[in-house]
Amino acid sequence: MSDLAALAGGAVEQAVANGAGDAEAYVSEAENREVRVHGGEVESLTAATQRGLGLRVWIGGRVGYGFGTDLSPPGVSEIAARAVEAARAADEDEFAAAPGGDGEPPELSGLSDPARGEWTADRIADLALAVERAALDADDRVAAVEQAVYFDSAERVAIASSTAAGGEYETTSCYAYAQALAEGEGGRETGLGFDLARGPARLDPAAIGREGAERATEMIGSGKPASRRCPVVLDPTVAASFVGLLGKAAGADAVQRGRSPLAERLGEEVASTAFALHDDGLDPAGFASAPVDAEGTPRRRTALIEDGRLRTYLYDSYTARRGEAASTGNAGRSGYRSPPGVSASNLVVAAGGAGLAELLAGAEGGVYVNDVAGLHSGVNPVTGVFSVGASGREIAGGEKAGPLREFTIASDLVSMLGAVREAGSQSRWVPFGGSVSTPPLLIGEMTISGS
Amino acid sequence: MSAAELLDPSVAERVLGRALANGGDFAEVFAERRGGLTMAIDESRIESVQSGAEEGAGVRVLSGGTTYFAHVDGLDPADLERAADEAAAALRGERAEPRALRAAASSPQPIERPPGDVPAARKAELLRELDERARSAGAEVAQAMASYGEARREVSIANSDGLLGGDDRTRVRIGAQAVARRSDRVETGAETLGAARGFELFDGDPAAIAESAAGKALTLLDAGPAPTGSMPVVVGGGFGGVLFHEMTGHGLEADHVQKGASVYAGKLGEAVAQPLLTAYDDGRMPGEWGSDAIDDEGAPTQKTRVIEDGRLVGFLHDRRSAAREGVAQTGNGRRESFRHLPIPRMTNTYIAPGEAEPEAIIGEVEKGFYAVSFGGGQVDPATGDFVFGVSEGYLIEGGRVTRPCRGATLVGNCLEALAAIDAVGDDFWMKTGICGKGGQKVPVGTGQGHVRIAAMTVGGTEA
Repeated sequence: MSDLAALAGGAVEQAVANGAGDAEAYVSEAENREVRVHGGEVESLTAATQRGLGLRVWIGGRVGYGFGTDLSPPGVSEIAARAVEAARAADEDEFAAAPGGDGEPPELSGLSDPARGEWTADRIADLALAVERAALDADDRVAAVEQAVYFDSAERVAIASSTAAGGEYETTSCYAYAQALAEGEGGRETGLGFDLARGPARLDPAAIGREGAERATEMIGSGKPASRRCPVVLDPTVAASFVGLLGKAAGADAVQRGRSPLAERLGEEVASTAFALHDDGLDPAGFASAPVDAEGTPRRRTALIEDGRLRTYLYDSYTARRGEAASTGNAGRSGYRSPPGVSASNLVVAAGGAGLAELLAGAEGGVYVNDVAGLHSGVNPVTGVFSVGASGREIAGGEKAGPLREFTIASDLVSMLGAVREAGSQSRWVPFGGSVSTPPLLIGEMTISGS
Repeated sequence: MSAAELLDPSVAERVLGRALANGGDFAEVFAERRGGLTMAIDESRIESVQSGAEEGAGVRVLSGGTTYFAHVDGLDPADLERAADEAAAALRGERAEPRALRAAASSPQPIERPPGDVPAARKAELLRELDERARSAGAEVAQAMASYGEARREVSIANSDGLLGGDDRTRVRIGAQAVARRSDRVETGAETLGAARGFELFDGDPAAIAESAAGKALTLLDAGPAPTGSMPVVVGGGFGGVLFHEMTGHGLEADHVQKGASVYAGKLGEAVAQPLLTAYDDGRMPGEWGSDAIDDEGAPTQKTRVIEDGRLVGFLHDRRSAAREGVAQTGNGRRESFRHLPIPRMTNTYIAPGEAEPEAIIGEVEKGFYAVSFGGGQVDPATGDFVFGVSEGYLIEGGRVTRPCRGATLVGNCLEALAAIDAVGDDFWMKTGICGKGGQKVPVGTGQGHVRIAAMTVGGTEA
């Protein structure tokens, strides 16, 4: 047993000794690094270690949560006391109970790249500088790179419980991005280029810089589109944001509380057959993959939307009990500071057969959406009705044409899914809206508000 | 609170010495103890009760234009020394010596009733009041949710210039959310109340926010589609100030300005608005959500005029940006926690009250849009493009507010929109917000009276 697993096990015992009926401990230890560069110089270099404990306790049907960074025996005892006190303040919930064991976790490889730790601070700084240089060299109109950033992390997690087996795993992740600034025709535009991988050797700094430059320069001379209803192609980065919303809507928690556009739609048609979606907690390329979820239930691959129909909701142990279903291994958490709750792991949209040229040809007279803004304020989470700010390109003659800004696109999630005419053939992992892999999507018709 | 409680001066001096072991122009240790309690009510049941305590420190060394930063969990001398050694590890220069520390006087925001002393049952009772109040607002209120949060952050900051300062920050906040339903129609409304104060904030009638949240949701049941196109827009007071926060405030943060990534770069002294507009950032407003005694680099917070009679007169600085320009710090170096580097951030940002009466501001509009409150917004400081989701909005027809609209979005460009403000109301109030920048969230206040923008694009749900 590792030191972390021993710590987690000890915390569970401590909580039970303090009056908890059942307890579950989550201990994580992480090492992070970040380099920010600007103007050919390293702006900041950060090295960090983090270690903390989150303790969930049940007293009858009451649940409480305590967390902290002091992992000494008196520190753990204080966290246990906090959790027990928190549980006593909660109301009883007939469905609240510690998760039971739920099968053997799968063997997963490829979650960790040991080479990460071998890259020195100088080497990761060089990578970030190469990203910036690539953006500047890509096009004369790139005036500056607002920021080029490299980040990596190695994390170990151990989960122990008084009622189930728990689990333990180790992951690494890294990403780099550049925000390029382009100038021309009296205006200024920004563009983001990014990539993510398990280890730094898998990142392509030249491609990241080039993408930032292209996304900025292609917007030079942009104007507002005419307001209309027309076909729309969503860039993978944009499609990912909407898929992230869909993942939230598919969470059994939102559904059971009547706050999801997918509530009471199980088995019904919620999308066109061109749109298929899985939650995949096992794909090594997805950053949310792990042998077990945040409460120790094995992760798995779950079909959410197939043949246009909603196949299941996403469950953790609580919503499974409440909904008389089985957990789908979708307990997630943002670290030891917050208790587990239902969340998608990696959302994977099935790629279709159409190359980008075919998608554009199918959207003549429409708009290619490069970017959306205001998703957190422009969406009604209960109904899925949205109106969000967007920028992109006109589609004319089967190609991306005049750049467009300051317009909005509006629809509702289910109508939009129903209007998906075709999924592109090239998928990409996008870290916006969770962890999402998606190709570009051609939507038959949407409302564009511009001039 | 004396800074020494978290950071023993002799330990701090030793840590600063180690941080400068391989050279550097400046070193700093930021120590923090943070704790808090959150709980919620949903389906009329108290749940999600969470209580936590964290301790840790961040050490940074500045050398030329580069910042070397390390942070650790824990405040034992060994933890601090480990952070100092990690921060210094990538430097290659000659040892530098920190100055002896001199403790500065500290005057945290006064707290009458520390929330930690109030029993959890009293907080649960407050949430039940919110729940009942929202549910009794109308038969069409289908759901009510409310949340309570308290947080205390004790910080100590020591640096190689000899500064040793501290602050003790307590904040409380409640939020209410309601869902109203009429057959297929579902609408939501939300309202919050928060301050850099103790539990005394909830004397009076805190549950009024639940009624207000429910009222918004009920109003939206009668809403029609939002109009589309360019038109005059009247923005409400209080959280309406988030529009100014996003479209102008971020562009005044000096890090964006110095990178040329702000539309306000190079415009100091120029007219950026009509003469009727004056605006401030003020980190000293007593009890306000964005107030602290000192910023997270130990500089006293202050009231900074940023726009005076339409002219741009000031930017918001942290230590680095101020040094780079040879100007004074403005007390805007803020960080989410010891795990983050300080960067220039707003505190409480507001448009000062003007002379127009709110009724007249609306009365002069033949056909336009009244945005009472926003769900949130986003801006790209480099281009100035922004977007806002309107959470409560109405049509203005013939100088009168007529029907409610749902799903409206405001899009525009900062420079144009700010210059288009042609009326500022004499009513004024502040609201709380959580602002994100560079992956860090900090509490900020926003405020204004009613403000009119002569023309702005409203993106509705109808083409």
